[in-house]
Amino acid sequence: MTKPIIEVKNLKKVYGGREILKNIALTVNEGDTVVIIGPSGTGKSTFLRCLNLLTYPDSGEIWLDGKLINVPGVNQDEVRQHYGMVFQDFLLFNHLTALGNVMIGLTKVKGLNQETAKEKAMKELRHVGMQDHIDQYPGQLSGGQKQRVAIARALAMDPRVILFDEPTSALDPELIGEVLGVMKKLALEGMTMVCVTHEMGFAREVADRIVFMEGGVVVEEGNPNEMFYHPKVQRTKEFLWKITELYASSEKK
Amino acid sequence: MIEFVNFFIKYFPDLYQGALITIRITAVGLGLGFVLGLPAALLRVYGGKYFRWLAVAYVELFRGTPVLVQLFVIYFGLPDLGVTFSRLTAAYIALGLNSGAYQAEYFRGAIQAIGSGQMMAARSLGMNRLRAIRYIILPQALRLVIPSWTNEPISLMKASSVAFLIAVPDLMTKGKLVAARTYDPIASYICVAIIYIVMVFIMTGFVQFVEKKVRVPGFEMEELRV
Amino acid sequence: MFINILFYILSGAGITLSVIAIALPVGLVLGVLLSLVRVYGGKLFSGLAAVYSTIMRGIPHVVLLFILFFVLAGTINLSPLLAGAVSLAIISSGYQLEIFRGAIQSIGGGQMMAARALGMTKLKAIRYIILPQALRVAIPSWSNEVASIIKDSSLVYALGVPEILRRAQFMSASTYQPFIAYGIAAVLYFIMTFLAGRLLDKLETKTKIPCLQLEK
Repeated sequence: MTKPIIEVKNLKKVYGGREILKNIALTVNEGDTVVIIGPSGTGKSTFLRCLNLLTYPDSGEIWLDGKLINVPGVNQDEVRQHYGMVFQDFLLFNHLTALGNVMIGLTKVKGLNQETAKEKAMKELRHVGMQDHIDQYPGQLSGGQKQRVAIARALAMDPRVILFDEPTSALDPELIGEVLGVMKKLALEGMTMVCVTHEMGFAREVADRIVFMEGGVVVEEGNPNEMFYHPKVQRTKEFLWKITELYASSEKK
Repeated sequence: MIEFVNFFIKYFPDLYQGALITIRITAVGLGLGFVLGLPAALLRVYGGKYFRWLAVAYVELFRGTPVLVQLFVIYFGLPDLGVTFSRLTAAYIALGLNSGAYQAEYFRGAIQAIGSGQMMAARSLGMNRLRAIRYIILPQALRLVIPSWTNEPISLMKASSVAFLIAVPDLMTKGKLVAARTYDPIASYICVAIIYIVMVFIMTGFVQFVEKKVRVPGFEMEELRV
Repeated sequence: MFINILFYILSGAGITLSVIAIALPVGLVLGVLLSLVRVYGGKLFSGLAAVYSTIMRGIPHVVLLFILFFVLAGTINLSPLLAGAVSLAIISSGYQLEIFRGAIQSIGGGQMMAARALGMTKLKAIRYIILPQALRVAIPSWSNEVASIIKDSSLVYALGVPEILRRAQFMSASTYQPFIAYGIAAVLYFIMTFLAGRLLDKLETKTKIPCLQLEK
């Protein structure tokens, strides 16, 4: 069996007096696509940000490639280089072109020279289909295009895992497809991904494992077949029915 | 530290007299500025070519030159042309003209934020421009302008301190006298500074109180910093 | 006669420009650094920066100028010109702190988060992501502050520095033509603020980020 890339044990996070994450455990193996679903505001984004230490957990263990990372003495910036992150509101750097956005991690964090960085950046932009827009600024791109550039930016760093935080929630419906398409492609290529999303179609098709999170705990997890058709917990059944109804009707179109 | 407190207590009565004059100058300047600034803004937005040019010239001139120079021109320069003012009057006029230019910009921002649609709607009812301005534009503009306009009294009070250079008996002048008497300029001016900052604090508090009272929810514009 | 007055006062322009040439960059550097402390420093330092800005903006510039001048001239023995210029820089930094703070905050916390997600340290993120955007956004407000500094330079008159206004006064006293003398001074200041405004407008156009979207 392959060693897990990420192992999370007993994760707790308190925010403003409330226990957002009560006791989370998760294992992510190499090449897995893990999709986290659940009602809004239940800590899914917080959990994702704990994985790359953007939010520091209050207690518990996070292991990356066999190393414990949420302890003092660990270089957090270095840890974050091993993750890629794609945000709901894209968060592209407004003052840089698409190419500039993808290059800056390579030049300023990894210290590569301009030519090497440019080559790598172009490769990833081609990977996501944005090679014709390299000199445009974020303000000139559509939502779907911005998100694809954001994915290229994350890919350029050669991360071990890419974290997706509701990557399509801020997109117009017609643009969601182009982003999901890229994500599907990455999953098929063997990229390790942890995605928080409401896109059930994507979850069903692409996920290796689906994790249902609510109230700061993992309610149930399993492969798509188990989760969608034979859920063990009543709450899981309820949630998936409601969501699937909502999305099934829009999928029919 | 104790010495300083004693110092402050000893000379406060003198400084206090100056502070009263400062407040008076600020109030008069503010009022004069309002009377000049509002029409200037209206001329700038609604006036014909010549009036608009006049308003722009006024505003650019008084915002583009130091208030101290304006003061000197009025107090020292005008007598040359036959017009003489007392120190205090010169201060009132200079600060009033200066404040008017800044207030004009605040009002202009508010009037433009209201939008031409309001004027259009008013005129479609048959109102002439003057009526529209009086009953539709101004009531809205004056409310909208409050958050940014309230920067002006504070600005003005600080600006009034330059009047000490023409020996108007305001807070700064009194401070200078105390400094000359005590040969301790730093302590004297720190006292002056403290009194100014207290006055500014009080004014700010008052202004925030007024803002809260007058606020209409949903009817706000981005605060203009002039 | 008029020409004599003009040239004499004009010779003060060099001094005025020196004062501004010192006060402006020093104030800028101080202002940006302090704004970074204000936004990214811990509670303590951020609070201190806030107090600093409140004091600098709550006290009349002349008063601050005198206090700082006497402190500086007393301890370090600077010339009135230098002491005056440095004092103006310190006063202006209080306002610039607020200008850049507003600009940084309008860029939004998301940009910092995205930068850190790439593995940038806070310092790198500030240098390559935050500041390039914030400085551009700040140009219009900063241009107001530049005008303020130009006008405030007239206050060093009170320190005896032989700049434009002091020269104008001398002319006014010696030629009994106060209106012309002070009028010329006013025009000179106007030209300076006007040109500065134009230059900064150009700068803004040149460095504009296409279709920038800001958080309110």
